[in-house]
Amino acid sequence: MTEPLELTASQAAGAIARGELDPGELFELYRARAAADQLGAFTWVAEAPPAASGGPLGGVPLAVKDLFCTEGVPSQAGSRVLEGYCPPYSATVVERLAAAGAPLLGKTNQDEFAMGSSTENSAFGPVQNPWDHRRVPGGSSGGSAAAVAAGLAPWAIGTDTGGSIRQPAALCGIVGLKPTYGAVSRYGMIAFASSLDQAGPLTRDVSDAALLLGHMVGARDPRDSTSLDFPGEIALPSRTDLRGLRLGVPAELSGEGIDPGVRGAFQSTLELARQLGASVEPCTLRHATAGLAAYYVLAPAECSSNLARFDGVRYGYRAPDAPDLLSMYMRTRHDGFGAEVKRRVMLGTYALSSGYYDAYYGRAQRVRTKIAEDFATAFEHFDFIVTPTAPGVAFELGAKLADPLAMYLNDFCTVPASLAGVPAISIPNALAEPLGGGTRLPVGLQIVGPAFSESRLLDAAFALEQALGFDGSAVRQ
Amino acid sequence: MSVELEPVIGLEIHVQLKTATKMFCGCELSFGEPPNTRTCPVCLGLPGALPVVNARAIHFGLMIGLALGCDLAERSIFHRKNYFYPDLPKGYQISQYDEPLCRGGRLADVAIHRVHLEEDAAKLIHLGASGRIHGSEQSIVDFNRGGTPLVEIVTEPELRSGEHAREWLSLLRATLRSLGVSDVNMEEGSLRADANVSLRPAGSTPLGTKTELKNMNSFRFLERGVTAEIERQRAIIEGGGEVAQETLHFDPASGALTTLRSKEEAHDYRYFPEPDLVPIATTAEMLEQARAAIGELPAARAVRFERDFGLSAEMAHLLAFRSDLGDYFEAANAASAADSGHAQQLANWVSGQLVARIGEQDPATSNVTPAALATLVELVSARELTNGTAREVLDVLLQSGGDPRAIVAERGLASLSDDSELAAIVAAAIAADPDAAAKVRAGNAKAIAALIGPVMRETRGRADGSEVTKLIREQLGV
Repeated sequence: MTEPLELTASQAAGAIARGELDPGELFELYRARAAADQLGAFTWVAEAPPAASGGPLGGVPLAVKDLFCTEGVPSQAGSRVLEGYCPPYSATVVERLAAAGAPLLGKTNQDEFAMGSSTENSAFGPVQNPWDHRRVPGGSSGGSAAAVAAGLAPWAIGTDTGGSIRQPAALCGIVGLKPTYGAVSRYGMIAFASSLDQAGPLTRDVSDAALLLGHMVGARDPRDSTSLDFPGEIALPSRTDLRGLRLGVPAELSGEGIDPGVRGAFQSTLELARQLGASVEPCTLRHATAGLAAYYVLAPAECSSNLARFDGVRYGYRAPDAPDLLSMYMRTRHDGFGAEVKRRVMLGTYALSSGYYDAYYGRAQRVRTKIAEDFATAFEHFDFIVTPTAPGVAFELGAKLADPLAMYLNDFCTVPASLAGVPAISIPNALAEPLGGGTRLPVGLQIVGPAFSESRLLDAAFALEQALGFDGSAVRQ
Repeated sequence: MSVELEPVIGLEIHVQLKTATKMFCGCELSFGEPPNTRTCPVCLGLPGALPVVNARAIHFGLMIGLALGCDLAERSIFHRKNYFYPDLPKGYQISQYDEPLCRGGRLADVAIHRVHLEEDAAKLIHLGASGRIHGSEQSIVDFNRGGTPLVEIVTEPELRSGEHAREWLSLLRATLRSLGVSDVNMEEGSLRADANVSLRPAGSTPLGTKTELKNMNSFRFLERGVTAEIERQRAIIEGGGEVAQETLHFDPASGALTTLRSKEEAHDYRYFPEPDLVPIATTAEMLEQARAAIGELPAARAVRFERDFGLSAEMAHLLAFRSDLGDYFEAANAASAADSGHAQQLANWVSGQLVARIGEQDPATSNVTPAALATLVELVSARELTNGTAREVLDVLLQSGGDPRAIVAERGLASLSDDSELAAIVAAAIAADPDAAAKVRAGNAKAIAALIGPVMRETRGRADGSEVTKLIREQLGV
């Protein structure tokens, strides 16, 4: 039999179901690997497996991004302001997955409150990319992506607000999927930007993503008003060609600003798609280039309000010895939040201020509507839209910390689908040289579909994945 | 010559709804439970928790909107009102802003601007001498109240005096009480009113600079606070000064108005649509359910009392606007003989003698049953009891309940209907005071009082005063 480490999560679940693999041993294998993590991917690792797992996922352990509330287990969202905070309840999606047989292996590192594209904005230190330890894993779900890529976890969940699942998946050479907005309950997810946040799987391959996602969606969660019944079930992907599929390639998101190595890989994959039977034609997302600007008004606006609750009154960090209430608030938030979080809270507070609301928030909302309309129009002619996931490969730790705008550009290709609320998957499609040369690193392909097209999206991604034959086993040592 | 100034007052009323659970979570509402026992991740604002709208609160909101004749929105949304305070666990209050549940409307002589739904804040308790957050040694928070459903009702600035404000608010309270959507108790805080007050030259249209008055937690304090603020502003304007826009705190103990915050300190609430909630779509079915849940409203009841019972307009309002009195009156009336024609007297007894004795208490919870009061009034009408002895019987009823006829029999309180017995007592009184008798005979009418007194004492109030006077005059031949 294959070494357990080399089994995908779906294969491991199958082996457990057939009695060929002991779930306790599998848990311990990953527990020990996670506990010995040198990448900074974990912020907390379970000490023992839960009493009984069972369920259709068979007990294959799950790494969970820090910002999901897990009862009695530190849930700190990568922030000092929540250092040591153990919530009294678990997020709906964590509960659902545990009930389905994916017990909690550990909590993974992330950019503070999911704000970042490199996982360097964590109060608990940066995460290293398993492909090159001097480079970032992407973010904000960088801990989950690095853990899965390095074989410290069979699979993981993360959250995606503007690309926080897809971009780190791309930079770490794994699969990441952002579902349709509303498909997965947000109850118990420590919020960054409520109208954009969505939980999704980070996995070794497309089949694992389908299996995990199938247990994250379902009946709407009565505790999340924005959640929706998922129509039908997520089918396990089986498609081996792309015949009859029309792929649209928006020039706005695949040309200017994309590194040559990424562009080259993208073109090769488009050619492969044609060989698999797809038609590949240019399409237009006229307002997509304004997506980043709209996103960096809307997401900070929502976060400025969502993060107001971290005031030192009830839980988490409270600055000591403040002489009065205002000082307590100011010192707590000054000490408790990192620079990027404070920057976005300030931006968002400004954007919502009396007299500026229409010019910023109102206008950004109108752009968002235009982008959603662009997608709707495109989907009248195309089954899917394909773009590179990120403009470049993993960059060096510290390279973009001093330049927030350069960092924000990482989300350029992923933000439009977030604003439109439609599902998108990133699959590794090649290794490419970084700008300026060096060891080749993973590149991701993004496939975007209409709302609730997850099953078809996974099917198409599966066909491409099989044809691409990307091998990430080198970094699972 | 100074211009006559006209006060302009608008009210912002907060009403705690009597739902089973809170506005956005499943916690039961709290009525004095130990602190922080009616809480959950949602109403504590824990990380990751999300609100879900209470359908019953929307139902109550629609009932209020219908009762006040508002336009009900087919689609309304919640907004976040952002500000920091320890009683606000999320750092924002979920409220409604530019798309409220109800707009417009009218109650009696005052137009309604809007009605919207929101959540209540938690309760802060400041330890230390100051009793306020500044200078307190410690402040502690009880989140039991946090998240209680509130309806905010905003009037147009159409009230003209403190008395007007009090009277109108009592009509609103009666209306809300009859809907059964709230306890509407000002002392307990389930009904709270803030007043916006300004003055302008009589007859002019533009509004003057307004101040906002807070903390008037009774009808009396509302009237006093508004009246005091009108006088304060009048003095400023007549003295050539300008009223500053500010929020004022009314101290009921001293009657003083102190500044809570000035215009410069006003919050920028950074309202924006609440992304955690979907819009409220008011369906025809929801409207029908709300309409069906509304019974007779106080204004209509007052009209019916006038029409059907021949009550004066004033009496009809008095009973209709305190629905417990109205209900009691109707029950007593139903217990009377069908054509007794005692409605006016019953109304007098309910609103007069009974209220004088039990105050704000619901008479239905007293020992006096409506049937007992009806019997009492019948006995008086039939002259079997004097007004004085009837009041005595009412005291007994309040004390220990029972049937008025039994009490009258047991205590020997029946009117002296036997003329010979009364005549004998009168004769004895004349015999006992020949001086007074002589004065009366001589034409000194005032002297008769000296003879009436002993008779009334002897009969212990059971005799009718005019009957006694008549008998004295007869026996003295004047």
